[in-house]
Amino acid sequence: MEAIGDIKSGYIRELLSKGLREDSRKVSDFRSIKVAKNVIENAEGSAQVDLGNTRVLAGVKVILGEPMSDTPNEGTLAMSAELLPLASAEYEAGPPSPNAIELARVVDRGIRAGKCVDMTSLFIEEGKSWNVYVDIYVLNYDGNLFDASCLAAMSALACTKMPEYENGAEVREKRVKELKIDNIVTSATFAKINGGILLDPNGNEENAAAARLTVATDGKFIRAMQKGLSGSFSAKEVEEMADMAMKKHDELKRRVMGA
Amino acid sequence: MASKANRPDLVVDGKRLDGRAMDELRQLKIEANVLKNADGSAYLEWGRNKVLAAVYGPTETQPKHMADQTKAIIKCRYQMAPFSSLEDHGRTGPNRRAIEISKVTKEAFENVVMLNEFPGSMINIFIEILQSDGGTRAAGITAAAVALAGAGIHMKDLIYAVSVGKIGEHLVLDLNMKEDNYSDSDMPMAISPRNNNILLLQMDGEYTGEELHRAMEMAIEAGKTIGKIQRDALRSVYTNVAEKYESV
Repeated sequence: MEAIGDIKSGYIRELLSKGLREDSRKVSDFRSIKVAKNVIENAEGSAQVDLGNTRVLAGVKVILGEPMSDTPNEGTLAMSAELLPLASAEYEAGPPSPNAIELARVVDRGIRAGKCVDMTSLFIEEGKSWNVYVDIYVLNYDGNLFDASCLAAMSALACTKMPEYENGAEVREKRVKELKIDNIVTSATFAKINGGILLDPNGNEENAAAARLTVATDGKFIRAMQKGLSGSFSAKEVEEMADMAMKKHDELKRRVMGA
Repeated sequence: MASKANRPDLVVDGKRLDGRAMDELRQLKIEANVLKNADGSAYLEWGRNKVLAAVYGPTETQPKHMADQTKAIIKCRYQMAPFSSLEDHGRTGPNRRAIEISKVTKEAFENVVMLNEFPGSMINIFIEILQSDGGTRAAGITAAAVALAGAGIHMKDLIYAVSVGKIGEHLVLDLNMKEDNYSDSDMPMAISPRNNNILLLQMDGEYTGEELHRAMEMAIEAGKTIGKIQRDALRSVYTNVAEKYESV
């Protein structure tokens, strides 16, 4: 396995030195993106995203609960991610790996910092609130889980329909009211390979990468960033990637807003 | 970054609540080789942060299947003591935040440690936050770099970390806990001062492209001060030894 991985990484590096990618994309191109919304009817919101061969499903459950003690007039938002064993031969069952935790926390930070969900709209009455759970299910791995997951989570939240609160209980039969979304955040993830930088690395490209940077933005502000892997970036490279992420935002936002 | 509704005035007359200028670090003290058993260690006080870092290794990799016969592996564990914060009693053991910080800290050190020198072995980095006051991951990395150097582990550079945040329209260096809680943005960075390469970068809040540029400049500039304190800590280990011999 490792030998094959090394050979593939060598191939990826060689291609990139000529400005080429194995799927003939330009360095600033995303793979094809498909967003399917409301694929799980029982969930309050859901979206499945295909980013090339990477497939991620995000489900939203809205549950009656209590506000956090430090934000008594708001509901709560919790994000988690699972790298399912069915998604890759490399993934194993068990407690969340550091990779899964990082994935969930980076997606969470972008959406939270972007103030995408109106948290006060989730407040019901003293001691009662709607608590929103976003679960990211990775179904097939081929690189760049960050952008696929951010897109899936944001799209699922954008199509979430709220349960009703009647006589102290939650009623799910008629879910009509939409979850109040104030802002749309999307992310762009870059990989540094042999000193070159490319957008939306696929699985082979990620294996060959020395460093990775995810930039989440609402088009106006940079909302969250996360650098990964043992390689490094210069300040200038970071600025260029942030700039590119902002430029890509509109294109991704249209996917989130699409039917 | 939670509730800005009842945010206190964090900047008054161009000064911060603790009297610092926007680009001023809190007082930083580092002592190297403070633990007997560890191969390298450092105790750091940064503002009210109190941090202990220890390094064991290179040593035999446990569990064995994790060994990489082409290079050493780094394991890193960042943890906050249950009594470390003013408000809460934390639980023992790493939570999701700590697992993420451990991961990105490990990745930062993988960039500079000469892993090829010790194939098959492991280097353990332990970071214990004894008292927290904002910027603990930066404090942990700054301390761990000194501990690694003190352990005699070869590195390409003595790295440091610091955070740059945004309060209103101000960019502020090295946020304390109160500033962190009410800030508009926070961006911790670990930097290799030899080439100013960025080894760790996390951020949340709101930065424009221009603010991002200035924030990185501030972090790079701060490295001059932090790096000197790190090197002085290492140097004084050996000066103290020399003094001890002289007094005999």
